Amino acid sequence: MKEELILDVKDLVVHYELEEETVYAVNGIDLQLRRGETLGLVGETGAGKTTAALAILRLVPDPPGVVKSGTITVAGHDMMSVSAKELEEIRGKDVSMIFQYPMTSLNPVFTVGEQIAESVMIHEHTAKEAAMERAKEMLELVGIPGSRANEYPHQFSGGMKQRVIIAIALTCNPKLLIADEPTTALDVTIQAQVLELMAALRKQYGSSMIMITHDLGIVAESCDAVAVMYAGRIIEYGTLEDVFNRTRHPYTEGLFNSLPNIRDRARALKPIKGQMPDPSVLPEGCAFAPRCPYATERCTQMPPQEHRFGGTHRVLCSAYDDPAFHIERGRQNG
Amino acid sequence: MYQYALKRLAMIIPVILGVSLMIFIAMDLAPGTAVDYLAPEGATEEDLMMLEHQLGLDQPLLVRYANYMTDLVRGSLGTSYVSHRDVMATYLNALPNTLALAAASILVAIGISLPLGMISAVHNGSIRDNLAMVFALLGLSMPNFWVGLLLIIYLSNGLGWFPSGGFDDGLRSLILPAITAGTGFTATITRTTRSSMLDVLGQDYLRTARAKGVNERTVIRKHALKNALIPIITISGTQLGAMLGGSVLTETVFSWPGIGRLIVDSVNSRDTPMVTGSIVMTTIIVSLLLLAVDLLYAVVDPRLRARYASKGKG
Repeated sequence: MKEELILDVKDLVVHYELEEETVYAVNGIDLQLRRGETLGLVGETGAGKTTAALAILRLVPDPPGVVKSGTITVAGHDMMSVSAKELEEIRGKDVSMIFQYPMTSLNPVFTVGEQIAESVMIHEHTAKEAAMERAKEMLELVGIPGSRANEYPHQFSGGMKQRVIIAIALTCNPKLLIADEPTTALDVTIQAQVLELMAALRKQYGSSMIMITHDLGIVAESCDAVAVMYAGRIIEYGTLEDVFNRTRHPYTEGLFNSLPNIRDRARALKPIKGQMPDPSVLPEGCAFAPRCPYATERCTQMPPQEHRFGGTHRVLCSAYDDPAFHIERGRQNG
Repeated sequence: MYQYALKRLAMIIPVILGVSLMIFIAMDLAPGTAVDYLAPEGATEEDLMMLEHQLGLDQPLLVRYANYMTDLVRGSLGTSYVSHRDVMATYLNALPNTLALAAASILVAIGISLPLGMISAVHNGSIRDNLAMVFALLGLSMPNFWVGLLLIIYLSNGLGWFPSGGFDDGLRSLILPAITAGTGFTATITRTTRSSMLDVLGQDYLRTARAKGVNERTVIRKHALKNALIPIITISGTQLGAMLGGSVLTETVFSWPGIGRLIVDSVNSRDTPMVTGSIVMTTIIVSLLLLAVDLLYAVVDPRLRARYASKGKG
């Protein structure tokens, strides 16, 4: 039986068309998410993760951002063709987003209560008093005393601001929650708290979630599926098992190798050599080829081919044209 | 916040001392005295001496200043050399006219500038932006009296919609002077609104608002504007302050009996008590206005509210 798809993105292409250059931020990605599922969207800074997420809410700043092609379906809504009014109804209700920078993502001149209540008033058409009551409940839910609803963002710490942002995002019980590096700007001690809170609330509400992060530890703890992005494309996509235990793509392998290993402290870290290509001048062939230890001449000339393994695992790498090909990590794991 | 306001009020006293002394000196340095203005045709040297003695002008500057300040502390602004009427009464008589004109022109200016500056910022770089900026430049470049004359020629003499001067027609007689005086402010306030809005429009919290489904109009008018208000309030407050001293040109063109004309007439007749009194009063009113503007910041921005509160304690 096919479960209901909350999110279905097909061949999404987003460019930033600046006067002097075009930035190829997202270059044809496919994403599917079922009810209650969590997808980890992993990649370096500049890989196009945030742009992809913003495109799902149609929030890519335009100009200069342009969604060149693709279809985005969120909870049955065709996001590319809905009207501005419908879009306002979908945002915050069907899909909402938690942003990366809690320090700047709250409006400094409105109370946190007002900022949570606004969402309730928009989507549930309640009066202000009732909405403020809901706001207080939401604050309690994220571990902030409801009595602080009348305080302003500058009176809260970074971790608490992120909780407020989570409260705003969850207020109207969205079917899809997109969390863009929700803990990157927070202290490590607060990170764990916020992640636990999000996991608990998600379970309670049954929301699907996209967790954007560059922290593979967070992915391992909280995600069912993983998509690894590089230079605007998803280069490896599968279940957590697929990507973590049956890693296929040389870039994903590089990511794992560059993690410190607590059981082998003496070993030097193995960073991936080189830099991600400038997204305004992408190479003709595989974007990772210049940094890839397995790259052949063919990789730099031809766009990489997608290969499927099992029902769920997709890898964008031409090396698998040769059925005997194995990355090192793959060999170790058998 | 209370203590902050008190401190600011106390600061008005040295300002008044300085301002009044400067005016006394300036009036003394100016060629001629009220005697020349008041003396009838063919007055003898003796008559002039007597008049000078009557007005107390035969005493040294510092003695006159000391006498004036003694009166001021007692709450009296003295009597006009020319009309022999109480300075305070004369000033208060002209004040409502100036207040009405100042308020009306700042309303005209804000009414035009705020939407214009916002449109300009939201459509940054577009034709609308450029048109708005050209309009603002025009407003700044056109001299007040010229705008006033044009309005009189076309709307008053030509179409007969408004009176060409005086203030007998109530609100209708206020409209042309208000537009005239407001045009100059429009430019400054529009540009301030535009740049302040441009700063705010890229902020992350607007994206947060959009992400929860707030419509674009509310994002701009509520979430962005409230954050952009402080520079706009500052500039509008300062402009209003400048207006309260009376806008001489506008008042002259429209025969508007306000403070500006009162001061200019008094300077011409070397009526030192009238000039000093009017300017001392204007100083007090402008200081109060600027204090009100500062307190208004706190209403708009909770972060400043907290800062004022902590200053008050310390």
